[in-house]
Amino acid sequence: MTAFILRRLSIAVLLLFAISLISFFIVTLTPGSPYPWGELNPKISEDVKRAFREKFHLDEPLHKQYFLIMQDLFSGKLRSIKDERSVLDKIAERLPATLALNAVSLLLSLSFGLLLGIYAARYYGRLPDIATSVLAFAFIALPGFWVSYLVAIGFSHLAGAPVLGLSSFGVVFPSTLSRLLDFFWHIAVPAWVLAIGGIAAQSRFLRATMVEALREDYIRTARAKGLSEQIILFKHALRNSLRPLITGIGLLLPAMVSGSVIVESIFAYPGIGRLGYEAVLERDYPTLVALNFIVAVLVLLGNLVSDILYAIVDPRVRLE
Amino acid sequence: MSQTPIDPHSPWQQMVARFQKDKIGMLAAGFAGFVLIVAVVVGICSCFGLYFPHDPNQTDLERKLLPPNWVNWLGTDNLGRDVLSRILQGAWISLSVGFIAVSVSLLIGVFVGAVSGWVGGWLDNLLMRIVDAIMCFPSFFLILTVVALVGPNIWNIVVVIGLVSWTGTARLVRAEFLTLREMEFVRAARSIGQRGWVIAFRHVLPNAAAPIFVTAVLGVPDAILAEAGLSYLGFGVQPPQATWGNIITDGKVYILDAWWLILFPGVAIFLTALSFYLLGDALRRAADTRAERK
Repeated sequence: MTAFILRRLSIAVLLLFAISLISFFIVTLTPGSPYPWGELNPKISEDVKRAFREKFHLDEPLHKQYFLIMQDLFSGKLRSIKDERSVLDKIAERLPATLALNAVSLLLSLSFGLLLGIYAARYYGRLPDIATSVLAFAFIALPGFWVSYLVAIGFSHLAGAPVLGLSSFGVVFPSTLSRLLDFFWHIAVPAWVLAIGGIAAQSRFLRATMVEALREDYIRTARAKGLSEQIILFKHALRNSLRPLITGIGLLLPAMVSGSVIVESIFAYPGIGRLGYEAVLERDYPTLVALNFIVAVLVLLGNLVSDILYAIVDPRVRLE
Repeated sequence: MSQTPIDPHSPWQQMVARFQKDKIGMLAAGFAGFVLIVAVVVGICSCFGLYFPHDPNQTDLERKLLPPNWVNWLGTDNLGRDVLSRILQGAWISLSVGFIAVSVSLLIGVFVGAVSGWVGGWLDNLLMRIVDAIMCFPSFFLILTVVALVGPNIWNIVVVIGLVSWTGTARLVRAEFLTLREMEFVRAARSIGQRGWVIAFRHVLPNAAAPIFVTAVLGVPDAILAEAGLSYLGFGVQPPQATWGNIITDGKVYILDAWWLILFPGVAIFLTALSFYLLGDALRRAADTRAERK
C-alpha cells in the first residue's frame, strides 16, 4: 500500500509541474498584447509600460519568467492588476463559497444519479431504462446558462427562493443555525442547476457498472438461493458497482468548476468561478495564471484521494 | 466445441443493421440530419445573399420586440430583426463551430493516441501524463481564458475548443491501439515486411474507426454548448453574426417582456445537442459487438 501511495505521489508531483507549465504558458504564449489596456493605447506612457513589464518580469527570457512568476505565486507576491491585492488572498477569500456550492451539488448528483442509475439498471433494456437514459442525455444537452435563467426566474417568482448572493441582505441573524439555514436556502437553486449535468453523468456511469454486475455469476447464485430482488439489487449488485463511482467523482470535479463559472456569474455568487470571469473581463493576467493553476491542483488532489480510496476498497489496483 | 455460424456481412454492415433496429437512434439521426441539411442550405444560400424568410441582419425599429406573428413567425428582437431568420443563420454558424472544433480535436487526439499506443514505452508515458495534466483543468474555464486573451472570433474559438478537448479521444485511441497491436493481422503485416507506421495508420487505425466516429458525434454537441456558454459570457462568436448562444445573450435583458427571444434559440440548442448525444449513444450501442453475445 505504501509503495502504491508513493508511486501515486511521485506521479502527482510530475503532474503538478506539468500543470504549472500549462497554466503559465496558456497565458504568456497566447498572441496579443500582454498589457490589460492594449498595446496602442496613447494614454499609457512608456514609463507605465516599463513598470508593468518589470513587475511581471516580461523582459526576462521565457524560462526565467516562468520561475519568477511561480516564485511570486508561492510567496504570495503575485498581485492582481486590478486592485494590487495578493492573488492568493483573493482566491482564498472566494474558495470556501465555491467549495460549499460544489460539495452540495456533488452530494445531489451522487444521490440522485445513484437512484436513477439503479432504476435504469433494474429495468435494463425496457421502457424505464430507455426513458431514464433519454432523460440523462436531455440533462446534459441543456445549455447551463439558459436553464439558470429559466430556473432563476421560475423559482424567484413561484417559491420566492433567493437567487442572488450568499445571504439575505441587511438581516441580523439571531443564531448560527438561522444563518446556516439562510445560507442553504441561498445555495439551493444554484446547487441544483449545477447538479443537473452531474446527476446525468453519474446515473449513466452507475447504470453501466450495475448492468455489468447484474450479469455476474454471483447474482445468478443469489437468485438461485431465492433471495429477494431488493437484496440482490442493493446488497449484491450495488456494492460491487460503487467502486467505479469513486473514479467518477474525480472526473466530475473539473466539469463542476467549469459549470461554476457560468452558474456563479448568473446567481451573483461570490465564488472563484465569478472571480475567474471578472479576471477574464479585466485581462487580469496574474489572477488568471494563479486561478487556473490552483483549480487544476485542487482537481489533481481530488483525483489523488479518489485513487487512494479506490486502492483501499479494491486491493487489485495496488499491483497495477 | 460448438460451431459458430459465420455472418457473411462485414462488421460495418452488421453495425448498420443493428443501428437500424434502434428506434431512438433512428429518430435522433433523422432530426440531426434535418438540422444539418437546414444549416448547410442556409449556409450556401447566405453566400449568395439569399435569406429565408427575411434578412437576419435587417433591422426595423418600427417592428421591434414583436411576439410571434404571421410575418415574423418567431417574433422579432430589440432591433426588429426576425428571430426565425437569425436562428436559421445561427444553425449554420453553431454547427460549423461544432464540426470544425471536433475535426481539430480528432486530428490531435487520433494522432497523439495512435503514437502513444503504437510506440509505447517512455513516449507513451510522457504523452499520457500530459493528457492527465490537461484533464485536471476545467475545460470550459481554460477555453474561456485563452479565447479572452486571443480575442473572440469564430476561428479562434473553434481552434481553442479543439485544442482543449482532444484528451478523451487520445485516451480512447491509445486503448484501441494497445489491444489491436497484439492482433494477428498486425503480426501478419509485419511478417510480410511492412513498415511500422504503415501498419499503424493503414491497418490498425481503420479497425478503430467505429469508436472514433462515436466520440466525434458526441463531441459536436459539446462544442456547440461550449460556444453557447462562451457567447453568454460575451466571448463567443461576435454579433452581428448570429449564433444560438448570442441570440439568447442579446435577448436576456428582455426576458420578462419577450420570452420568444430566449425560448426558441434555447430549444434549438437543446434539441440539436440532444439529438447528437442520442445518435452518438445509439451508434456506440450498435458498434458494441459484445452486447449481442450476452
